[in-house]
Amino acid sequence: MADEIVLLSTWPSMFGNRVRVALAEKGLKYEYKEEDLWNKSPLLLMMNPVHKKIPVLIHNGKPISESMIIVEYIDEVWNHKSPLLPTDPYQRAQARFWADYVDKKLYDIGKKIIWSTKGEQETGKKELIECLKLLEGELGDNPYFGGENFGFVDVSLVTFSCWFHTYESYGNFSIETECPKLVAWTKRCLEKESVSSSLADPHKIHDFASGVRKRLGIE
Amino acid sequence: MGEEVKLFRSWSSSFALRIVWALEIKGIEYEAVFEDLSNKSPLLLQYNRVHKKIPILVHNGRPIVESFVILEYIDETWKQAPLLPEDPYERAMARFWAKFGEDKVLTSIWSAFIKQGKEQEEAMVAAMENLKFLEKEMKGKKFFGGERIGYVDLTLGWLANLGSIFEEIVGLKIVDEEKFPLLYSWMQDFAEAPIIRDNWPPRDKMIVKFQALLDAAIAASSSSSSSK
Repeated sequence: MADEIVLLSTWPSMFGNRVRVALAEKGLKYEYKEEDLWNKSPLLLMMNPVHKKIPVLIHNGKPISESMIIVEYIDEVWNHKSPLLPTDPYQRAQARFWADYVDKKLYDIGKKIIWSTKGEQETGKKELIECLKLLEGELGDNPYFGGENFGFVDVSLVTFSCWFHTYESYGNFSIETECPKLVAWTKRCLEKESVSSSLADPHKIHDFASGVRKRLGIE
Repeated sequence: MGEEVKLFRSWSSSFALRIVWALEIKGIEYEAVFEDLSNKSPLLLQYNRVHKKIPILVHNGRPIVESFVILEYIDETWKQAPLLPEDPYERAMARFWAKFGEDKVLTSIWSAFIKQGKEQEEAMVAAMENLKFLEKEMKGKKFFGGERIGYVDLTLGWLANLGSIFEEIVGLKIVDEEKFPLLYSWMQDFAEAPIIRDNWPPRDKMIVKFQALLDAAIAASSSSSSSK
């Protein structure tokens, strides 16, 4: 019996794109539905009544929400190839910790740079650099956060990389200057088909952000 | 063969209590190291250099931090009395509800306790909405984990204790028995369950602590509004 997989998401979402990367890593076929967050579909509201947010993965009619919970679900169900989490419990705990760190920090800091006042932007920029430097330290000399192989933490962070150009533009700084190893890592990840086919174009993201700023009355 | 398990905790932390319960439910021997959070030990700062917080589980010298991460580590390392279900979909649901409890329920109830005026009213509205979702999730179950206490119960356990403490201090009914009968009865069953019941921090000390936090918050908000 064939698996029926549906993903509700939006093309710029770093959270939704994590799920796309994970599905691609596992070689899974699925139906993609682009949501308009200013006009959410009845399906979205039914499948995620608690948060009414994307991404939502619907597997054989059953919904799962929250991007890293979805990624972990995908990893557990389709464990035949490209494992994202390691097998050792301590390594798994480290991976969960760093993915949680990305979740706790990056989105909110990024918001300060893109969607707020000049004062907050400076704070946001400092915090982002600090955050990315810490992550860069954790990467060390490994090709990926997962070590030799692309893994759970890589999935959690790589989808923010197409937003780097937007952060740099509004924050007026260069992430490559501050964190060259991390940017090298993003380029390495983009060589993977699963990543390059799932991430949005950084310039399109910039246009999108600019449009949202106008809509919110920031520009 | 020695297994060294240490738990860095404080006397009152609800987050650390989750780990105490998990270790005891699984019958794991451990040494509790009580931290004074106003004067953190060098060891705490070394083991959790990123967040500098408790709880920290140290297993054979290696630290694990963040209570949800620690719970999953414990469940994967010691297989007896499993906390998470076996089925991947049920596991995803458990993780979802635990995250909801943390991000939404805890945040809104804390705000309903610590804030004043309009902010408190808004927080109460949000808290009631969030509790409705939990109430629905309890349908047909004794615990969130089903017949036995599980992962979600441990992560929401603070509600069964702090709920009534907050209510006593601010005189606000948060989990009304009439509005949320299933949740109310879960709070009683959970609070009285063996192991859970044996580990609650002293209620009188908790009331003093949280009253002091509230007093400080009120003082801070009235001084900031009068300094205009």
